[in-house]
Amino acid sequence: MSNQNLYEKIEKSAKNRQRARNVVIYTLLTVWGLVVLFPFYWMVLSSVKSYSAYSSEYIPKFFTLSPTFENYVDAFTTVPLAGYLLNTLIFTVATTAIMLVVTILAAFAFARLEFRGKDMLFTLFLSLMMIPNELVIITNFVTITNLELRNTFMGLILPSVTSVFYIYLLRENFAQIPDQLYYAAKVDGTSDFKYLWKVMIPICKPTIVTVTILKVIECWNSYVWPRLITDDQAYFLVSNGIQEIRENGFGRENIPAMMAAVVVISIPLIVLFLIFHKKIMEGVSRGGTKG
Amino acid sequence: MDKKDAKAWLYLLPAILFLGVFMVYPLIDVLIYSFEEGYNSASQTSFGVGSYNYSYVLHDPYFLQAIKNTFILVIFTVPISTGLALLISVGLSSIQKLRDLFQTIYFLPYVTNTLAVGLVFMILFKQTPYSDGLVNLVIQFFGGEAVDFIGGPYWAKMFVLCFYTVWVVLPFKILILTSALASVNEQYYNAAKVDGTSRFRIFTRITIPMISPTLFYLIITGFIGAFKAYSDAVALFGTDLNAAQMNTIVGYIYDMLYGNSGGYPSYASAAAIILFTIVLTITCINLLVSKKHVHYA
Repeated sequence: MSNQNLYEKIEKSAKNRQRARNVVIYTLLTVWGLVVLFPFYWMVLSSVKSYSAYSSEYIPKFFTLSPTFENYVDAFTTVPLAGYLLNTLIFTVATTAIMLVVTILAAFAFARLEFRGKDMLFTLFLSLMMIPNELVIITNFVTITNLELRNTFMGLILPSVTSVFYIYLLRENFAQIPDQLYYAAKVDGTSDFKYLWKVMIPICKPTIVTVTILKVIECWNSYVWPRLITDDQAYFLVSNGIQEIRENGFGRENIPAMMAAVVVISIPLIVLFLIFHKKIMEGVSRGGTKG
Repeated sequence: MDKKDAKAWLYLLPAILFLGVFMVYPLIDVLIYSFEEGYNSASQTSFGVGSYNYSYVLHDPYFLQAIKNTFILVIFTVPISTGLALLISVGLSSIQKLRDLFQTIYFLPYVTNTLAVGLVFMILFKQTPYSDGLVNLVIQFFGGEAVDFIGGPYWAKMFVLCFYTVWVVLPFKILILTSALASVNEQYYNAAKVDGTSRFRIFTRITIPMISPTLFYLIITGFIGAFKAYSDAVALFGTDLNAAQMNTIVGYIYDMLYGNSGGYPSYASAAAIILFTIVLTITCINLLVSKKHVHYA
């Protein structure tokens, strides 16, 4: 056998092996993709089946030929779903906005200003990162109850504002801005606050966007604190709303209406994600902690 | 204090106020609560100081059940989710076509509401009078016997909880591992290829050591996250987790605080401190183990 033939044979077998490997990899990835997508498909599918069709299917059908939007109408009329959504929106916007102001001011002080006790205070802040929420939530519950802030937006928002990790993340980013810019601004007579507003915030916009996105996701999905602090339906957020719907909403058996509510609740964040998926994934890989 | 100091403190004031009231003070307070015996939230009085709250909690069958559930959950989900995430990310980084699409799909569970999607899982697994549920039909199709995964035997419920937890935590892990794999210097791989190193050996001798800090980070955060499991269980089994035998430590804390069995901040505090001690111990053990195995370049 000539060398040429041998070479071709080796190349061919290598190619075959490569192809086989690709088949295995793509199969594996597709299977997991289906596992991830299936619950979403199922929830949309069940939400457009009519109640009678759904409950008459012993073996559920994988598609429906007569989609109905009746369940969505039910979801908004039978339970105060619109109210839950509005509450969550107010909660998310207010919490994120206050968090941003507090975080940016603190990060600026740590990154840019000189003052006595700075290192000690920063170390103290960092050590607070280790404290799990479960440990402080008990006293916060008592505090908010004693202040008679249960079932108010103040009670919902105030304890959800603080986030040491974001202060840390932003401080690191602020600290990367060259000192020369600051001195130049000082020579021109710019005040500290104006420097923060006109120079630092624009430069660090990507990090600020990241922090905002992470906080919005966190707020939209938050369950524990709202559950503790609200028992009046008028102040329920979507997570508590869905739990309420599940336990006393449409009657336990009306699953299509329940699924319609689930779809409505999931859509805002999914739409947000589909638009900003690059930014969100980038942001989470830099600063996410869920998992 | 001069003017400069005053200004800096002014910038920090909001953060200090928020952290002080909602983090530092509660931290001290929770310790005090946990040692105050017979605390009455109405009259704000207690009988005395001692370790009775701890002993009550540690003898409470519900707490022991919660501890058991949480440990089972941790032992299964942390290795499975980390291993699966590693497998998927390695697969992802070895393909070109459709990679972005797959990555986007895999990330989807991260942005969804745990409570809402948990309801879908409940429907898929639940046995009802009019339908056995999709999962059971599949099991029956393959000749198995239908089980009620939501209201049935303990192991079945635990299986669903573990499965859902893995489904929920995987997006984050895949994302972090894929970016870690992408940051390994290509030269190492090329050098190994020149030497004719097998793929498996490249993986165990180059890839794993290079990404070991990330892997280790995921294991630690995975442990911490799994120990704090709660809302996944609520999503599947409803708010009365004690009745479902599916309570977790965090669930126990909240039940003690509020709800049908609530009104006992002292017991809740003691349980929270026990949880914190467990998490701290496990994290320290992890750190010790990692010193031997993690390769920091």
